[in-house]
Amino acid sequence: MSVWARHAVLEKNSIFLVIGILIVIAIGGLVEIVPLFYLKSTIEKVDGVRPYTPLELAGRNIYVREGCYNCHSQMIRPLRDEVERYGHYSLAAESMYDRPFQWGSKRTGPDLARVGGKYSDEWHRDHLRAPKSVVPGTVMPAYPWLEQTELAYARIADDLKVHAALGVPYTGEMIENAAADVRVQATTDHPDAESLAKRYSKAQARDFDGDPRRITEADALIAYLQLLGTQVNFKLYDDKANIR
Amino acid sequence: MNQAARSKSMTIGEGGTAAAFAILAFLSLIIAAKAYTAEYAFHAYLFAAGSIAAVFAIIDRYYSRPAQTPLTIDGKPNYNMGPVKFATAIAMFWGIAGFTIGLWAALELAFPVLNFDLPWISFGRLRPLHTSAVIFAFGGNVLLATSFYVVQRTSRARLAGDIAPWFVVLGYNFFIVIAGTGYLLGITQSKEYAEPEWYADLWLTVVWVVYFLVYLGTIMRRTEPHIYVANWFYLAFIVTIAVLHLGNNAAIPVSLFSPKSYIVWSGVQDAMVQWWYGHNAVGFFLTAGFLGIMYYFIPKRANRPVYSYRLSIIHFWALVFLYIWAGPHHLHYTALPDWAQTLGMTFSIMLWMPSWGGMINGIMTLSGAWDKLRTDPVLRMLVVSVAFYGMSTFEGPMMSVKVVNSLSHYTDWTIGHVHSGALGWVGYVSFGAMYCLVPWLWNRERLYSDKLVNWHFWISTIGIVLYITAMWVSGILQGLMWRAYTSLGFLEYSFIETVEAMHPFYVIRAMGGALFVIGALLMAYNLWKTVNEPAAVRVALAPAE
Repeated sequence: MSVWARHAVLEKNSIFLVIGILIVIAIGGLVEIVPLFYLKSTIEKVDGVRPYTPLELAGRNIYVREGCYNCHSQMIRPLRDEVERYGHYSLAAESMYDRPFQWGSKRTGPDLARVGGKYSDEWHRDHLRAPKSVVPGTVMPAYPWLEQTELAYARIADDLKVHAALGVPYTGEMIENAAADVRVQATTDHPDAESLAKRYSKAQARDFDGDPRRITEADALIAYLQLLGTQVNFKLYDDKANIR
Repeated sequence: MNQAARSKSMTIGEGGTAAAFAILAFLSLIIAAKAYTAEYAFHAYLFAAGSIAAVFAIIDRYYSRPAQTPLTIDGKPNYNMGPVKFATAIAMFWGIAGFTIGLWAALELAFPVLNFDLPWISFGRLRPLHTSAVIFAFGGNVLLATSFYVVQRTSRARLAGDIAPWFVVLGYNFFIVIAGTGYLLGITQSKEYAEPEWYADLWLTVVWVVYFLVYLGTIMRRTEPHIYVANWFYLAFIVTIAVLHLGNNAAIPVSLFSPKSYIVWSGVQDAMVQWWYGHNAVGFFLTAGFLGIMYYFIPKRANRPVYSYRLSIIHFWALVFLYIWAGPHHLHYTALPDWAQTLGMTFSIMLWMPSWGGMINGIMTLSGAWDKLRTDPVLRMLVVSVAFYGMSTFEGPMMSVKVVNSLSHYTDWTIGHVHSGALGWVGYVSFGAMYCLVPWLWNRERLYSDKLVNWHFWISTIGIVLYITAMWVSGILQGLMWRAYTSLGFLEYSFIETVEAMHPFYVIRAMGGALFVIGALLMAYNLWKTVNEPAAVRVALAPAE
């Protein structure tokens, strides 16, 4: 019987055809995805990457909500011009707590993987309110509602709990203090700033949006942007140790 | 056929579905009352309203339907074309909506003032609305319509299920409404082409399982010994999309009362899962499904058999096997391990072969009927769609080569590539199929006007050419500007200079998009007239042959 005649079995039996399809599509996915969960070389060993503070996480959720990833990548490729333009190429470890990942696929605007610390809070505030006021040629939409909308963070502990359930090292103490930590981090010179820094190393705490009366979505988003790419100290990072 | 004499009673399917909807309505009202955000409450109310409407529709239908729907009438299958008609008509609506939103998004990039500082229509929210509207609302309804049509015709059997086909078609469009309004209100999980949140994903899962069962059940009812090749492709599309949807949307909601969820995967693994999904949304939704259309509508319209039966077997299995591997080419030079990138590139290049095998099989089906390209603009549209398929499946593997990708990635070249496939291949094969379907479904002798089809074809072809050439130039230009160095070894251009250089191409792109929208409006008018114009007038307008 020729192979063509044998194929008739699949053409005459719908269940065999479905099973055949399932087997054939399973192979590629399994080979490419499963090893990423157990090969130790997938995620580099680095110091400094910690889970997001509640304020940064809330800011990240606003970044997701507004669809920033549609125009901004967070993934610097190891190409000469990118490293010179944006900084050290991105490591897998730097997004290990990102749910979902925000690597992006298009740069209508510049990469943001290392935007943290490059601009002042005031610059970000002006830029979000009216991008053309600081970058005249920009095509970015304005986001004036962010600094006018109070951040909804009363239930932020629930968000930390879900992360903890998925294996992110949020401690009971972090979850318990989640809402309070939002207030601490969004206030300049808050008396509890030290305990925040103890829970989240090098957490920057200040009034990010320049409006001390309330905590807005702009506070959260700027706190997140100012963190991006600042966790790993590349003066100490040994890229030879992590050759993959 | 004495069933008419039997007394009428509610089937388990009707009663069970109505009860399930009643429970869902109740649950939705509770969620609406306790929802954390107003946006989520709005969606819960939509679910409640939809469920109540479904209960009424099921009961109303029970009283108006005959006691038994015969599977055959006078020995011929009693085809169930109601859901097909609905999906065809609404595909036209979503198509125009999706193209127009795309045009608006394109204009926002050329003239940012059009964002109007409003959250709902800012580019970041509008772009997912555009992609979902064209892929899932327009493309999805075309696939529902054609797959339900083709499976009945090629199986010579009535669609399985009684209210199930209607549940699939209406439930799917309800998902579209939830997804689309969600984007505008800022409800998104930000995974490209899988942006809807957990509750919309759950709903789609239920709809999709029923879709699969209806489809498979119809094939099992077939009176033909062989399953026709178009059905293999539709089956691969339905099965694989189910697997991809479940894998990529595995998420834990923060609460039953919150629209927010967190994806189970993180970082590099999430990136890999996302593009395993994302590339195969292209491979199975936008390719396998629409190849099903090609394998039925081109032979039917040209009145010729498929060029090679053996080639279609090779085409099918090679395509299904190879496509799944191609995802990592979206992650070249990223923090994804090199071995995975290399695998993705290798298999993407291999995809050239089944893709072109399929193209040859489609185009060569016209052997002996090439003259029809001159006289039948619908067939021309179908054949040109396959030519575009060949072009974009040549470009895709080329762009997956790492060296090329280092230039093209993150630029408009990708957008241009996608649109040569989306407008040229998916768009034209859908338009061709709809131009065939509408007269068939509504029992019209012919289309209202072939001339308008011709206009549609040429206007939108010019639109596509403007679109993709503008994006080629802008993409390659920006990629080269990013990596340009001065003679002293400094980067030559700041980022914003490369953005400003894009402006003329964004304007040209928008013009191309506008032409495509105009073409679709002509089509809608033509189809509307085909259905509603009295037959006598139509014959009078038909050209003499």
